Amino acid sequence: MTNHWIDIGNADVIMIIGSNPAENHPISWRWVEKAREKNGAKVISVDPRYTRTSAQSDIFVPLRSGTDIAFIGGMIKHIIENECYNRDYVAEYTNGSFLVDKGYEFDPETGLFSGYNEAERAYDTKNWAYQTDAEGVPTRDTSLTHPDCVFQKLRAHYADYTPEAVSEVTGTPVERLLEVYETYSASGEPGKSGTIMYAMGATQHTYGTQNVRSYAVLQLLLGNIGLAGGGVNALRGLHNVQGSTDMCLLFHILPGYLATPVEADQSLQEYLDRVTPTTNMPGSVNWWQHTPKYMVSLLKAWYGEAATAENEFGFNWLPKNGENYSYIALFEAMYAGDIKGLISFGTNPAVSGPNSNMERAALRKLDWMVAIDLWPTETANVWREPGVDSTAVDTEVFLLPAASFVEREGSVTNSGRWIQWRYKAIEPVGDSKPDTWIANMIWLELRRLYEQEGGPNKEAILNLTWDYGDGEPDAEQVAREISGTALADLYDKEKKLVARAGEQVKNFTELKDDGSTACGNWLYNYYTREGNLAKRRDTDDPSGIGLYSNWSWCWPINRRIIYNRASIRPDTGRPWDPEDAVIVWDPETEKWVGDVPDGGTPPGTILPFIMKPEGVGRLFGMGHVDGPFPVHYEPWESPVENKLHSTQNNPCFKIWNSEMDLKGEKEEFPVIGTTYRVSEMMQTGAMTRFLPWLVELQPELFVEMGQELAEERGIVSGEHVKVRSARGEVKAVAVVTPRFKPFSLNGTSVHEVGILWHYGYQGLATGDSGNLLTPHVGDANTMIPEYKAFLCDVQKA
Amino acid sequence: MRDKVATLIDLTKCVGCRACQVACKEWNGLEGQTTSNRGTYENPPSLSPETWTKIDFIESSGEEGVDWTFLKQQCLHCTDAACAEVCPTKALRTHPLGFVSLEEDRCNGCGYCAEFCPFGIPQMKITSLLAGTAVASKCTFCQDRLTSGMEPICSKSCPAGAISFGLRNDMVLKGEERVAALKESRDDGAKINLYGANLLGGLGMMYVLPDEPGAFGLPSDPSGSYSLAAAWQGLLQPLGGILIGVGAVTAGINWIIARRMANQAVAARAEAGKGADRD
Repeated sequence: MTNHWIDIGNADVIMIIGSNPAENHPISWRWVEKAREKNGAKVISVDPRYTRTSAQSDIFVPLRSGTDIAFIGGMIKHIIENECYNRDYVAEYTNGSFLVDKGYEFDPETGLFSGYNEAERAYDTKNWAYQTDAEGVPTRDTSLTHPDCVFQKLRAHYADYTPEAVSEVTGTPVERLLEVYETYSASGEPGKSGTIMYAMGATQHTYGTQNVRSYAVLQLLLGNIGLAGGGVNALRGLHNVQGSTDMCLLFHILPGYLATPVEADQSLQEYLDRVTPTTNMPGSVNWWQHTPKYMVSLLKAWYGEAATAENEFGFNWLPKNGENYSYIALFEAMYAGDIKGLISFGTNPAVSGPNSNMERAALRKLDWMVAIDLWPTETANVWREPGVDSTAVDTEVFLLPAASFVEREGSVTNSGRWIQWRYKAIEPVGDSKPDTWIANMIWLELRRLYEQEGGPNKEAILNLTWDYGDGEPDAEQVAREISGTALADLYDKEKKLVARAGEQVKNFTELKDDGSTACGNWLYNYYTREGNLAKRRDTDDPSGIGLYSNWSWCWPINRRIIYNRASIRPDTGRPWDPEDAVIVWDPETEKWVGDVPDGGTPPGTILPFIMKPEGVGRLFGMGHVDGPFPVHYEPWESPVENKLHSTQNNPCFKIWNSEMDLKGEKEEFPVIGTTYRVSEMMQTGAMTRFLPWLVELQPELFVEMGQELAEERGIVSGEHVKVRSARGEVKAVAVVTPRFKPFSLNGTSVHEVGILWHYGYQGLATGDSGNLLTPHVGDANTMIPEYKAFLCDVQKA
Repeated sequence: MRDKVATLIDLTKCVGCRACQVACKEWNGLEGQTTSNRGTYENPPSLSPETWTKIDFIESSGEEGVDWTFLKQQCLHCTDAACAEVCPTKALRTHPLGFVSLEEDRCNGCGYCAEFCPFGIPQMKITSLLAGTAVASKCTFCQDRLTSGMEPICSKSCPAGAISFGLRNDMVLKGEERVAALKESRDDGAKINLYGANLLGGLGMMYVLPDEPGAFGLPSDPSGSYSLAAAWQGLLQPLGGILIGVGAVTAGINWIIARRMANQAVAARAEAGKGADRD
């Protein structure tokens, strides 16, 4: 989230798209209601079917799965043509005024940008750049009229996304489109704010990144970023998903979103030169210029005294990223026999993975698997799946019982980036152990083996700082290591001592690139010289807008609303919305009051988007493999042709071709399928399907469908049906409902059904997982699987 | 006497997550039942001795589109409570705090409460098939929590803030203000109403309803059952204490009366529920 949960209560209009918060984040509804009470906020629910969220929303917008960009593109066109955008914000705080390189082109006919190489399925992105003057400063036209400026390119980009054209793609009636466009665009008025609540309905597409990009473009046009009640807000599906992302549980980043070294980075300097941005833009803070301090401090946290300037702080001990190590790619490699072993740490891919039949088969090809969980999940017992000949499975499975979240201490980071300390409530049951204990034991044994036997790149193992004793590591010690420590006495610019060696750093501004500080994650400075700030529980809110700045601690630097200098008018230096001001400049004290600002200098001195080298928000977004503006494409499997452009699918995502990577065609599978969760079940059901109270509520897999489809197939609500895709078949109970309507696309009626993925063959409630149906393809940028739109068919069982 | 308390259940905020339904079972030690999906999100199918509160998923569709409302079912804790009035053993009593308390060990399993309740709430749990004994069960307003200074578990667990708890006067005021505000702000606000402020001497659990009570199967005037219960209590029950033989006879009569009442209530509910297509 750019903002945080409580801040939803400050919005004037709330657009819920690609998420179902009443269902999956019920606590968020408290803040949605708060916004209604406080501001009379309008609540918009955009979803393929009428959900529990829709039931309590003001406007329900039916939208065919996978057509967000058409929908948002149409809204962008509406906003530009009706001049609902915040002109000063766009001119001063976004790259709308920047002139784009003359070589950049977009062909609305094909839906392709210049530089596409079909054989490689990749773009040459060199022209996705700004024009610059002789000093290397981007050329701008703040009148936003120059034909080369981003704003005019954006206008041209969505010129064809008329309400009628959008309606034919999304299936939303034109009048409903106009109603929601007008309602949401009203947040562009200075002093008003609109928020977007999104989740996996947005991301789990072959163009998921661009779906979210379209929300960002929309919010920048309306001047909704940096304001209370604004932002682009990802609702995380678990209590610590944000924390795991921040701490690098993804293959392409190190802790704190530092780039992973690649093979071409032959030295630390080469790496730093590649990843550290520079800028000539006046007023740009370009915060990533500090990358060397963060990277060297990270290496010092990992390699301690072994990391010296002479050996580049151990940079070359780090593994270099040479391949696609994303989730789908790993399972393709397992299936191909290239990966022989797996540690599955609190995850259940046999149920959660796309094309689960294929992923289960891949797991059964492993030589060994360590499954670490509360009890045997479908993954741990993949060799015992009903119908599988266990004697033919050679995978050796080690099940390590793990302590649950109430049985261990540590921090969790919520969607709003708040790092909150959690205490152990009870001792772990039986032989179960905390994750950190398990990791420590594995590590100690690994190190012992390397000490005895050596091995390739053994320094990477033997030089690692690992001083957590021989039991459960002390969570507070880990917190201090993550937060950052002075290794030598630290002085500020005035040569004043700020920290003695061994003390915690105050925050990342004290980190150095000379090896005198160690920091496991530059964003996570919550354990300071004042102690563990994640434990703070002060319920005072002097801000009046729900910042609760002394409750826990939030990254970065306890800033609750990021890019908050954009909440200040460029002309007057006063807040756009004085009633819900995030920060206010006090000329008496010459300080900002309110939230921690993105830089403490007076108004008008620096640009607000400090993480971008050009200092402004990007309507034109470089850095994505599939284009600087979002383009509507169809899902990999779709029953219709792309009506807006001749290119059917995102031209850049990876298509796999093992014998189990099958694609369905609309003739055999005419129905759109999507997957989702319900309140009563959690993820793969690994916990909830073992609890009688929850099993009572949702005892069986169901498929939700409209009355029209049920009638066509002679299906009665409550009876068992079969749902088939090119990849598998599931048995489910039909929930036939008027809440799911067919989509009318230019006269053709298209049905969509929704299916849960909470079920498997373990637990009190068993059944098929909806993921037996989903395809093994993912987003072009992030590789997140396309769970949310595929082709299937439904028949009576 | 202490001030009465009440809860206010706001159907315009409820998202049907059923945290209350689960929390009720957890706090009160009620078991999960074996169920099946009947083509709906709703489960278990009805209140039972193991289910003291449940959410009804009420789905409707018409020209104005679809609607989905979530009605929390449980004892409404009437001030003029027919169940307490007819209870021969005083197992059910109106507590000074404003709820209908239940002491299971005083219950003789006669079932009058279940028959007379205008909302069809109390459920009889068979304790011995052989001896033909049973015991009444229903929401107790978490009397153990309330008398220990805590709020009921349902309001405590509600993430959406749809269930409020407090002094009854405050809850009535809150309900009235909420209804007035919604009538003002919502295009479809005309039918929004506060249910239970004055019914049966005032309900301990009131609703903010988005539509007329009948749309949710709630009787708009449940007072008849209480009058009958009061008459029964005043005239017949004392005889039962004096003359066991006569008591047996009156019990038979009572049963007949009770059956009729219950059937009427069920019919009224069914009538009221027409047009509300249960999901």
